[in-house]
Amino acid sequence: MAKKPRIKVPKSAKKGEQIQIKTLISHKMETGRRKGKDGKLIPRMIINNFSCKFGGKEVFSADMYPAIAANPYFAFYVTVDKSGTFEFAWTDDKGKTVTASKDIAVT
Amino acid sequence: MKRTIIRVTVAVGASVLLAACVAAAPKEKTALEKRLEDPRVKNYIVGEKMTGYVFATAATRTVQDDDFENPAFLWVDIGEENWSKVDGAAGKSCASCHGDAPDSMKGVGATYPKYSGETKKLMALQHRINWERENRMKAKPWKWESDEMLGMTAYVKLQSRGMPVNVKIDGPAKPFYEAGKKFYNQRRGMLDMACANCHVDYPATMIRSNLLSQGMPNGFPTYRLKWQKVGSLHRRFRGCNKQVRAAPYKQGTDEYTNLELFLMDRARDLPMETPSVRM
Repeated sequence: MAKKPRIKVPKSAKKGEQIQIKTLISHKMETGRRKGKDGKLIPRMIINNFSCKFGGKEVFSADMYPAIAANPYFAFYVTVDKSGTFEFAWTDDKGKTVTASKDIAVT
Repeated sequence: MKRTIIRVTVAVGASVLLAACVAAAPKEKTALEKRLEDPRVKNYIVGEKMTGYVFATAATRTVQDDDFENPAFLWVDIGEENWSKVDGAAGKSCASCHGDAPDSMKGVGATYPKYSGETKKLMALQHRINWERENRMKAKPWKWESDEMLGMTAYVKLQSRGMPVNVKIDGPAKPFYEAGKKFYNQRRGMLDMACANCHVDYPATMIRSNLLSQGMPNGFPTYRLKWQKVGSLHRRFRGCNKQVRAAPYKQGTDEYTNLELFLMDRARDLPMETPSVRM
């Protein structure tokens, strides 16, 4: 999960406008049900939570389970009424979190 | 005698009824006909040739069409990053000699595999990248199926997207092309099948639950949903070989490179599609 996620947030928006945010992160999302070459189960290793905060307040979050395919992709809509920063966080089963942020200017 | 007549009448009656039913039933569209209804596929058809995009489902096409949604671009990002990253004893990066990839690499991907006078061999793009790394950058070669190699191959080939496939098969490349052609038509494995037995004889028919494509290589490295990652054309060859119960060759062997040249010629004039998304 070392690679940096791809995020698409419009640079600017009008007040009260509904904007679309897209995110994509690289992760193999190991289900815990596959067997390795030695016949033993490969331990589960997935991103179990994704969250998006705007100005410190959570605007979108999702819990993920083993049925989610590799490289999870999210697209969602947010209504913005002031300029600020979107903070994104992906947390995996080991508790490791990858974060990223994007600014938006609202006029 | 009377019984016979009745029987004959019944038989005739039944067959007339059957014929009426057959005529009345609307002709069901084939899987390919349904695919061709999507207006998006027209850019991916040249004459009789169709890329895997045509045979893919509409949902898969949607993922490929959006460069953001297409997960292969995670690998393209790796390639783009490494393009200007200095590596090896010579203190050089790709960009030191080649400058900006969108200018210098435009159209390059569509001409590989290519015969190289320096090595006197046919080289796939991966061979070329490693040759440059070892000889010009004095850096360690990348493994064929590593993220770095897939990323760089995808990044270079991306610069030719939309351009027609145009490989050289005459002159010094000819023997390699002929060897690839022979491989393509050579039966192998416990199922005793050649590549051509499926991809020439039966494209657009169902192979179990999948629609069999013409086996065009113009979208590789491709993000395959089955692999859940990007993979090389040679990895796909290995998969095909295993499916006919033949022992697969290693990625980057002469056999597969020759086959790649033959396939690229088979896909001549189709647009480069890297990085594509497939089932």
